[in-house]
Amino acid sequence: MAMLSVRDLTVRFDTHHGNVRAVDGVSFELEEGETLGLVGESGSGKSVTNLAMMGLIPQPPGVIEKGEVLYNGRDLLKLAPRELQALRGNEISMIFQDPMTSLNPLLTIGQQLREVLEIHKGQKRREASKHCAEALGDVGIPAPESRLEQYPHELSGGMRQRVMIAMALLCDPRVLIADEPTTALDVTIQAQILELMKDLQKRRGTAIILITHDLGVVAGMSDRVHVMYAGKLVETGGVSDLFRAPAHPYTAGLLGSVPRLNSDTSESLLSIPGAPPDLADLPPGCAFQPRCTISTEACMHTEPPLETVLDSNSKSARFVACPSSMRRDPAFGGKS
Amino acid sequence: MSSAPLLDVRDLHKHFPVGEKGLFGAHKQLLKAVNGVSFSLERGQCLGLVGESGCGKSTVARAVVGLHPATSGSIRFDGNELVGLSTRGWLPYRRKIQMIFQDPYASLDPRQTVSSILTEPSKIHGLSKPRERKLHAMQLLEAVGLNPRHINRYPHEFSGGQRQRIGIARALALEPELLICDEPVSALDVSIQAQIINLMGELKERFNLSYLFIAHDLAVVRHICDSVAVMYLGRVVEQASRDEIFNDPRHPYTKSLLSAVPVPDPELERARERIVLEGDVPSPLDPPPGCSFAPRCPWRHEVPDDRCNREIPELVERDGRKRSCFLPLAH
Ligand SMILES: Nc1ncnc2c1ncn2[C@@H]1O[C@H](COP(=O)(O)OP(=O)(O)OP(=O)(O)O)[C@@H](O)[C@H]1O
Ligand SMILES: Nc1ncnc2c1ncn2[C@@H]1O[C@H](COP(=O)(O)OP(=O)(O)OP(=O)(O)O)[C@@H](O)[C@H]1O
Ligand SMILES: [Mg+2]
Ligand SMILES: [Mg+2]
Repeated sequence: MAMLSVRDLTVRFDTHHGNVRAVDGVSFELEEGETLGLVGESGSGKSVTNLAMMGLIPQPPGVIEKGEVLYNGRDLLKLAPRELQALRGNEISMIFQDPMTSLNPLLTIGQQLREVLEIHKGQKRREASKHCAEALGDVGIPAPESRLEQYPHELSGGMRQRVMIAMALLCDPRVLIADEPTTALDVTIQAQILELMKDLQKRRGTAIILITHDLGVVAGMSDRVHVMYAGKLVETGGVSDLFRAPAHPYTAGLLGSVPRLNSDTSESLLSIPGAPPDLADLPPGCAFQPRCTISTEACMHTEPPLETVLDSNSKSARFVACPSSMRRDPAFGGKS
Repeated sequence: MSSAPLLDVRDLHKHFPVGEKGLFGAHKQLLKAVNGVSFSLERGQCLGLVGESGCGKSTVARAVVGLHPATSGSIRFDGNELVGLSTRGWLPYRRKIQMIFQDPYASLDPRQTVSSILTEPSKIHGLSKPRERKLHAMQLLEAVGLNPRHINRYPHEFSGGQRQRIGIARALALEPELLICDEPVSALDVSIQAQIINLMGELKERFNLSYLFIAHDLAVVRHICDSVAVMYLGRVVEQASRDEIFNDPRHPYTKSLLSAVPVPDPELERARERIVLEGDVPSPLDPPPGCSFAPRCPWRHEVPDDRCNREIPELVERDGRKRSCFLPLAH
């Protein structure tokens, strides 16, 4: 049985400029010990999906329109605030995308880290301090004892991000949601952090959702990949299949835009033409249609459902929300 | 070229006193965030500044835009010394040197609409009429890939990546000469990132802009930069042209860094060989007596007499490129 299952999650924001569905009918399952890579355009709802699962959407302006998030047979969306708090940062924890707003500027690093252990593990100050220093050392922060006494603004951007990571890993979570965990890190420290996450996964069977724009990191870490566009999942599949033969035109455009260490620097980098979608004013039919090179008349009227495609080389299922791509590519042999 | 570089940084130091309230009572420690950094940037060029998280890149950037005073050393902009200037003395350079920040969340005022964020700089500097300013702001939004119709929204109504684009638009508003970009695209998805990098390339040509470009994504640095300076623990350890750095790295840290870049291909990425750095990451609170990279350098034993652990290698120029390392070149 899946460790966590999300069903038909739909989140709306009511703003002065209209109501937007930031997450629209997202369903997926997360298995024990697996890493799920979540990629997609900026503003496509990756963070909101995961914040909603953690009960962290500000309401208002947010509204959870519908959906279930099942963990251990319980729907997290229906838990009392206190029950949720007991899980958060403990069994289920999240590395937030914005370290500066998630760390309290008025408290030292040590105070903030210790609090987690005092609350969830009932540790005393000395014991907690020792653990916290170890945790900072694990994320590659030198002289951790002195760093515990410092305030967030005294740390570099990447160090603050690593403090967030250390905090999320303190209680050995069973589910780890990592939202852009390594954007502020150089590649050698990034490698060390990713190893740390893999270690935890091996030790505890932790399931990881890894949200990132870095497709190299996705390639190295994920078992499966989910692609989001305009609040919806548009393609899901095993990492190798999806990278080898992206089916959805957005996924293909995304993979085509990655700068590589051997690409031709005299050429412009490729990017997906057109503007990102305005969630308050989505076109009827497929949200990607205005930017799509293979769209047909039907794409302008009918919203494509997420359907299975037969992928002969793979055991893991592959879904894509684009009938045109299935017709176009013989590799997928039509619908199952 | 005989003319002076646009930006010339020499032996820059920035030290922070820390630990007043620490375990050590009244004992103050000195954190040497920037510990003798030198590099130069020619007009119309883009210099990449890369290096380990916490090695002092943002601290250098903040000193160059005057957000905090240097402890010692020299920063010359177009031949003029910036270190030691009064607030008034700084004024003419405020407009010419603009900065794009690492953290889009902290750097935008949540109470201001995008419209006022983008028009305020030109208002303060007394440029153009209100209607022109608004039009200009909408053009800027379009240029960075945002919908101009969203001009009256607030920063929190945008996603992380969208907010970073607002920060980029704001920096461009005053048409600066030098843009200090502190990880300007790390929060963006690759497609938008590609658009921004292409845009920055175009703007650079069109307005003869110069960039100091701090980033962790080495493929991006390779794409946009003409030359690269590599930092480790408060110092520059190598500076050379883009192709020299990427095709023929000569400092062990540069080599390890390049070997750790993830490849966007699941099979290749899992099979790839990396130089894994062992040993403790040194601290700027207590830097090692010799080369700061020595404690982790896989090749330190190849230099006789334990020299790497005892002596600080200087940044020496040879064949038009600079490096600070005792290892023989052929290494
Ligand atoms: N508090 C809020 N009020 C109004 N709209 C919001 C709020 N938070 C998010 N949104 C909107 O929800 C949409 C999805 O945002 P989300 O942060 O999930 O994007 P994302 O996929 O994580 O993007 P990025 O890669 O840039 O982080 C965006 O269009 C954003 O403008
Ligand atoms: N205001 C401050 N007070 C005390 N120490 C500081 C302050 N600002 C920076 N430092 C220290 O200076 C060192 C260099 O920080 P800096 O932000 O320049 O690093 P960076 O190279 O930009 O790193 P990153 O890649 O993580 O952003 C760090 O050890 C940091 O803790
Ligand atoms: Mg996000
Ligand atoms: Mg920085």
